[in-house]
Amino acid sequence: MSVLRWIRRNLVVIAGLLTLAYMILPNIVVMVFSFNNPKGRFNYAWQEFSLDAWKDPCGVADLCGSLSLSLQIAAWATAGATVLGTMIAFALVRYRFRARGAINSLIFLPMAMPEVVMAASLLTLFLNMGAELGFWTVLIAHIMFCLSFVVTAVKARVMSMDPRLEEAARDLYAGPVQAFVRVTLPIAAPGIAAGALLAFALSFDDFIITNFNAGSTVTFPMFVWGSAQRGTPVQINVIGTAMFAVAVLMVLGGQLVASRRKKSAQPQ
Amino acid sequence: MSVTDAPPLAPAPAEEPPAPRKASARKRLVPYWLLLPGILWLIVFFALPMVYQASTSVQTGSLEKGFEVTWHFWTYWDALTEYSPQFVRSLLYAGTATLLCLLLGYPLAYMIAFKAGRWRSLVLVLVIAPFFTSFLIRTLAWKTILADGGPVVDVLNTLHVLDITSLLGWTEGDRVLATPMAVVCGLTYNFLPFMILPLYTSLERIDGRLHEAAGDLYATPATTFRKVTFPLSMPGVVSGTLLTFIPASGDYVNAELLGSTDTKMVGSVIQSQFLRVLDYPTAAALSFILMAIVLAMVTVYIRKSGTEDLV
Repeated sequence: MSVLRWIRRNLVVIAGLLTLAYMILPNIVVMVFSFNNPKGRFNYAWQEFSLDAWKDPCGVADLCGSLSLSLQIAAWATAGATVLGTMIAFALVRYRFRARGAINSLIFLPMAMPEVVMAASLLTLFLNMGAELGFWTVLIAHIMFCLSFVVTAVKARVMSMDPRLEEAARDLYAGPVQAFVRVTLPIAAPGIAAGALLAFALSFDDFIITNFNAGSTVTFPMFVWGSAQRGTPVQINVIGTAMFAVAVLMVLGGQLVASRRKKSAQPQ
Repeated sequence: MSVTDAPPLAPAPAEEPPAPRKASARKRLVPYWLLLPGILWLIVFFALPMVYQASTSVQTGSLEKGFEVTWHFWTYWDALTEYSPQFVRSLLYAGTATLLCLLLGYPLAYMIAFKAGRWRSLVLVLVIAPFFTSFLIRTLAWKTILADGGPVVDVLNTLHVLDITSLLGWTEGDRVLATPMAVVCGLTYNFLPFMILPLYTSLERIDGRLHEAAGDLYATPATTFRKVTFPLSMPGVVSGTLLTFIPASGDYVNAELLGSTDTKMVGSVIQSQFLRVLDYPTAAALSFILMAIVLAMVTVYIRKSGTEDLV
């Protein structure tokens, strides 16, 4: 009976851990299958342990090219969306202006739209303008859909900021630029960083909008999509695993630094 | 226009900044300069494309002869009747996946918020971390997990779960792959973090003492959850379900990778009409119908749930 009671008492934790397992399972499969040596073109069934793919991650034609293209696009899209989005967020929180409702809707709608709708409509625009599909059309599209997410992230942070800090800096004879750079920006930085991180992740992993607007340009997700039809090389699992490891290490490292800082900030 | 006119979907900030006493013309222009580049970007690359798409949807013609606006609204009717199974399927799959995300995600969000203690940040990292392995690779991993004769299928077979699901039409025989169940499973998996994070945010804000107070007033844990915790987490439930349903309804990756021709969703049709068949008017009309359905559902849902502060 006590086992049953224990299960009943910890039902939430058990259900939560099961969900967590469901979410992590594919990552484990990706990791395990990066050491596979598959027979045939597809890496779906386990054959034997092998380190070949890890020794030669770029051994498949176009794979690393597509990866570096995705990283470039993500970097530029992050930069563009973060700058434009931060400016909008500051304007929304700090200033009065006309047409606030319309502007808010314009920022909200891209997040409330199925991606395929945005992708298709953007393609009609590019086709009508006779634009050549490729790097630039993808970059334009990525900045567009990342923008709203950056605005939301930065706005939340700026809204919780005390505007009197900036006024205090001005009272202490800081110029408007100096007050902004030395006081406002550092306080808003976590929000801007969160927005930028989100933009990078969204852009790097985007498939649907890229699929419509890339023409013959191949980003990393496009490469994986193509390989699902032609044959999946083990190397995509290697790259997926490596990205996962780097991300987890970066987040854990960041948290370690943050908790150290918190500890050293506390009075002894 | 007064600044208190809150837009329907996003609230005005709690406190409007005080109007500067002597606002010079230059200062009054500052917000407009800040807004200009980003808003222009959204107008040109988000709003304007919608206009182009609207115009494309009422054109007729062919790729060789070119397309012309002929106000041929029958395209909409034809698209809707020809592809109604895909529309119904999209809404059904996305709805089921959203419900499953809520059922699976709520306990995990609750656990992170109230039970995880010092493990909280680690579990949060584990929720977000899968994002960093390209979602296409992770979706392909489900092909391995649900493979015919694999451990998952074997267990479901032994427990006779597959007999029931095939009876309901969710699976076929002793296969899971290439059935509706595989697609819904993939959709649920892919959009779970979008459910868990808003749920967690709203649960985390709840004061733990409210639970104690409810317990002191002789509420059972179940009553406490029904009367206190769940109502207070409603903003998270609403934004979580929206963030799951909207992308899931337009998704075609899961249907293409894990499904078969009988599980195609409307996203697949739009994609192939646009990129392979090159029938732009039909594709544009389909895309518009999908947008209209989703926006209508979102609007009604937000009204009904009474939560307007989502952004």
